[in-house]
Amino acid sequence: MITLTSIPIHYYLVFCSVLFSIGVVGVLIKRNALVILMSIELMINSINLLLAAFSAYNNDPAGQIFVFFIMVVAAAEVAIGLAIVVLIYRTTHSIDINVLNKLKW
Amino acid sequence: MTTIISLTILGVLVLFLGIMKKQSWLLPVILLGLVVSMGLTIMDWNTFKVYYHEMIVVDNVSVAFSTVLIFSAFLIFSLASHYYRGVQRPLDDIFGVMIFALAGAVMMTSYGNLIMLFLGIETLSIALYVLAGSHKEAITSNEATLKYFLLGSFLSGFLLFGIALIYGSSGTFDLQKISVYVSSCAGDYPPMFLAGLFLLIIGLAFKIAIVPFHFWAPDVYEGTPTLLTAFMATVVKTASIVAMFRFFTHTFQGIHGAWETTIWVMAAFTILLGNLTGVYQPNLKRMLAYSSISHSGYMLLAVVAFSPMSENALLLYTLSYSIATISAFGILILIREAHGNDYFSSLNGMAKTNPLEAFCLTVAMLSLAGIPPLAGFMAKYYLFTTALEKGLVWLVIVAIAGSAISVAYYFKPIMAMYLKESNGVKLEVETSYKVHLFFMTMLIILIGLLPFLLIGLL
Repeated sequence: MITLTSIPIHYYLVFCSVLFSIGVVGVLIKRNALVILMSIELMINSINLLLAAFSAYNNDPAGQIFVFFIMVVAAAEVAIGLAIVVLIYRTTHSIDINVLNKLKW
Repeated sequence: MTTIISLTILGVLVLFLGIMKKQSWLLPVILLGLVVSMGLTIMDWNTFKVYYHEMIVVDNVSVAFSTVLIFSAFLIFSLASHYYRGVQRPLDDIFGVMIFALAGAVMMTSYGNLIMLFLGIETLSIALYVLAGSHKEAITSNEATLKYFLLGSFLSGFLLFGIALIYGSSGTFDLQKISVYVSSCAGDYPPMFLAGLFLLIIGLAFKIAIVPFHFWAPDVYEGTPTLLTAFMATVVKTASIVAMFRFFTHTFQGIHGAWETTIWVMAAFTILLGNLTGVYQPNLKRMLAYSSISHSGYMLLAVVAFSPMSENALLLYTLSYSIATISAFGILILIREAHGNDYFSSLNGMAKTNPLEAFCLTVAMLSLAGIPPLAGFMAKYYLFTTALEKGLVWLVIVAIAGSAISVAYYFKPIMAMYLKESNGVKLEVETSYKVHLFFMTMLIILIGLLPFLLIGLL
């Protein structure tokens, strides 16, 4: 019988790390605020998957409970993020993050 | 726990007052509510309590730092009536979100579980993204909020990945159980645990604005409305540094091994880079941003040099830093109102036109620079002493060199105010605001003269 734990945990670890890295690279190279938001979502969802996998392997429900908390927080974060993107679009008529150069370091 | 509940109720009450269109009630209700929740917090003193399966642990450390946070928020809200006096739009949303952010900050000081740490950080951060963009018409505020949001949620992802890896290797989120796991490892940690630890440090370092994760701070501080910048520079920084301190004290009983060097190097670079870059800033607000970066480096000393004494030193440091910074931001609000900018030339001759304000800013700057007998000096003295007891001689030398460099830029506004010719603009200040500024200045001097009242507390 094939169960969840018949796949070694390392596979999950590598898979989630690769997903997470794709998200990180997306945030770093993309210039469009919406695509960056999507990349951040990818990062968070890879973590959710990893937590669920760890939780199944440890026989401990805490990890899966945490996934629900993360989902709620991520939803709130995206709601705020989209509101901010709309705000930016109203003033600059663009959501390219390169137009934001009024504050310099 | 009573603190978090009372603050949340206060936040909901403020929003409710907004619906009832009672704008003039907002600030009195908030100030009263903060005093009440500060009282409720102090009542938990010396009563060790745990709530919800050790999700929240209320001990003396958390009570002391929660009190510092609420007190800082109280001082900031006292500046609000002046800052927002000409604003026509309803303010209940801004104030309500500020109080929810404060509740998140209190969660970060009293967590006993990594889930609660994450929820506290996100409650604080999501509220701050809104606050940073609360001046909707200003493009600088929009830009600040987008930068803060994108970087903040990006780095929250790292923090979360760190928590997931720590969970994967130790099998629990609970700080006490992680501590048991750490002692069972006996110094030989699996790579997954170490990777998780470093990612967690990165996530927290971003919130505190520690080099090399500080680059957002000057931009975001400059674009954010000044009153809320004061909130970011004090409440957020205190909460995040306490969260880091709490994580290391509860799981490792201090720090050692590979990450001690990491935090050592971060602290040294934060102090040097923050102070050196601060010298070249053209205006007061950016200078205060770099000043806050360098101060987070000093606070990191308490994390590196963990001992029962360093809790006290950190308490004194956060309190004196918060009061001095809020006082400086109080004057900055006035200057930006009168001149429309905050270049150092705008401060010219302020000592003649506004002697009291000039005096308050001088005391705040001297305290931040660490000149005796003010609060900042005593705080630095105790912090450096604890670090020396741990044998961190080189770190203390770096910190003292950093303080010496910082004098160069803290004296810029003082020299402009006292030595330059006046530009004839007089700041318009009402009496209550003056009294408040004077109260903060007196507090700085008083803490400097009587530090032993605070230093033996924890």
